[in-house]
Amino acid sequence: MGSQADHARHWREVQRRKRGHTLIFCAGLAAATLWSAWMSDVNLSKLFGNIGNFFGYFDRILTLDSGPAMGRRVWTAPGEWLWGLDKWLPLLADTLLMAYLGTLLGALGALALCFAPARNLTPNPWARVAARRFLEFCRTVPEIVFALIFVVAFGLGPMAGVLAIAVHTAGALGKQFSEVVENIDMKPVEGLMASGAARWPTIRFAVIPQILSNVVSYCLMRFEINVRGASVMGFVGAGGIGQDLIEAIRKFYYADVSALLLLIVLCVCVIDFLSEKLRHALLGREAHA
Amino acid sequence: MTIPSAPGAMRLTHADAASIARMRARHPEAFHAPPLRRAAPYLIVALATALAVFALWRFEFSPVRLATGLARLGDMAVLMVPPWPGGLAQAWTVVKVLGETVAIAFLGTLLATAFAFPVAFLAARNTTFSGVARFLTRRGLDGVRGVDMLIWALLWINVVGLGPFAGVLAVMTSDFGALGKLFSEAIEAADRKPVEGVASTGGSHWRQVRFGVLPQVLPVIAGQALYFFESNTRSSAIIGIVGAGGIGLYLSEQIRMFEWQGVAFAIILILIAVAIIDRISGVLRAAIINGGVQKL
Repeated sequence: MGSQADHARHWREVQRRKRGHTLIFCAGLAAATLWSAWMSDVNLSKLFGNIGNFFGYFDRILTLDSGPAMGRRVWTAPGEWLWGLDKWLPLLADTLLMAYLGTLLGALGALALCFAPARNLTPNPWARVAARRFLEFCRTVPEIVFALIFVVAFGLGPMAGVLAIAVHTAGALGKQFSEVVENIDMKPVEGLMASGAARWPTIRFAVIPQILSNVVSYCLMRFEINVRGASVMGFVGAGGIGQDLIEAIRKFYYADVSALLLLIVLCVCVIDFLSEKLRHALLGREAHA
Repeated sequence: MTIPSAPGAMRLTHADAASIARMRARHPEAFHAPPLRRAAPYLIVALATALAVFALWRFEFSPVRLATGLARLGDMAVLMVPPWPGGLAQAWTVVKVLGETVAIAFLGTLLATAFAFPVAFLAARNTTFSGVARFLTRRGLDGVRGVDMLIWALLWINVVGLGPFAGVLAVMTSDFGALGKLFSEAIEAADRKPVEGVASTGGSHWRQVRFGVLPQVLPVIAGQALYFFESNTRSSAIIGIVGAGGIGLYLSEQIRMFEWQGVAFAIILILIAVAIIDRISGVLRAAIINGGVQKL
């Protein structure tokens, strides 16, 4: 039995060890910070010397730089500012459509692949590891890199962008789906297997009904992410509104930059809002059922 | 999804005609769903398919294009073997820009966490000091999040010039929006009871946050920051495409010059780096979660 002094000593010991851990952690963090600051050429004097440029840039993109209203704030002459709306809105719709098709194709791919890496449905470890590595490859290589390669293979245009989004989405959703599959209730699966059902009927009737609502919810979330991703596909020539944006930035059409950014941010916000409402409605129905 | 319990199911199998009629009377919607509700799933699928077909037509997908593209991809894959940039000096350059990429991701995530941490308390319902401040911070975070990292990189290049520092600032800005939102959600999900405990002993608002909320959210926040470090290693591999440092510039140059061996080498290095960081952050996350449990 430990006396009071023993307890006190033990407590001090624990505290000392904890302080030691904290110290090691802080030292490691400081070393990593210094190393990365050195690697990435951090130059604070340049940052603070030119920080005016950052706000100055916003000042310039919010000022009309040509036409009769030159020099005025953009919102005083919305017609002048959003002159390209007839061209930009279809491009924005294209961007959304790219995100939609990419998400759909990617989700179908993910759905086809997500049962192989799941521990509870695939007893063969080699098949599991192979499927897992493949999904990892698809989601680790950034979609812009896929887009760069696909632009060479399939030609310039939205098709390359859609395929790039689809491949990346298949990797990301495949992992999330397979985690959902690993967490299902196994009783319906056992029931079907006991009655002699083959693999696909088992998945169709025992697994799909359990994962469907989560799958839809993850798809909606991925669609939100893909709208953002599709908005920059044009940077590498893979379609959507990004092409016009990077041209406006590179050619210093300041007012156009702010107009395009406004359209993209508004669109992303609306999509986020709608998809959040939809997801909550889905999960709410699930909770009631 | 609830599965009927075994005894109930047993009773149903032995139900006589009368009890089935009773069931029908008690749960009419289970036996005769309104036609519109029954048709809804088919309608949704039909609409989704129609939209997909329209998109396929609009983006000029065709079997021929797909087949030629895939054949060309196959050719590229053959040309990628063996993955090697052409010489030791080039290989060392790739390793160096990969290090730069990891550094950009690390510093960007660290700064984003540092800035998002205090702002998240303003954006969370239970810790903010006024509804107006909460609304403004939330909308501000939404706006920052709506702009892609590549666009932020282009904006920061205007300030600090081409190079990895612009990349750090871009990662920082775009993650600031995302982490601020996630952190504030974690704070809102915190248990009220410790806060009430501190309040009942006369603790000020500041003390309630410090001793009631902070110990609960710290492990969550650390876990999310680690997760973002991991995903930022992937995304900072691309900001070099617009000139903001890292392996992206090398990668896009190699692709544009059709140097497929160099492309494969860079992609494999990125995969290895991400796998290593994934492992480390997994271990750290587990340690943090266990540490949090021990503290409780």
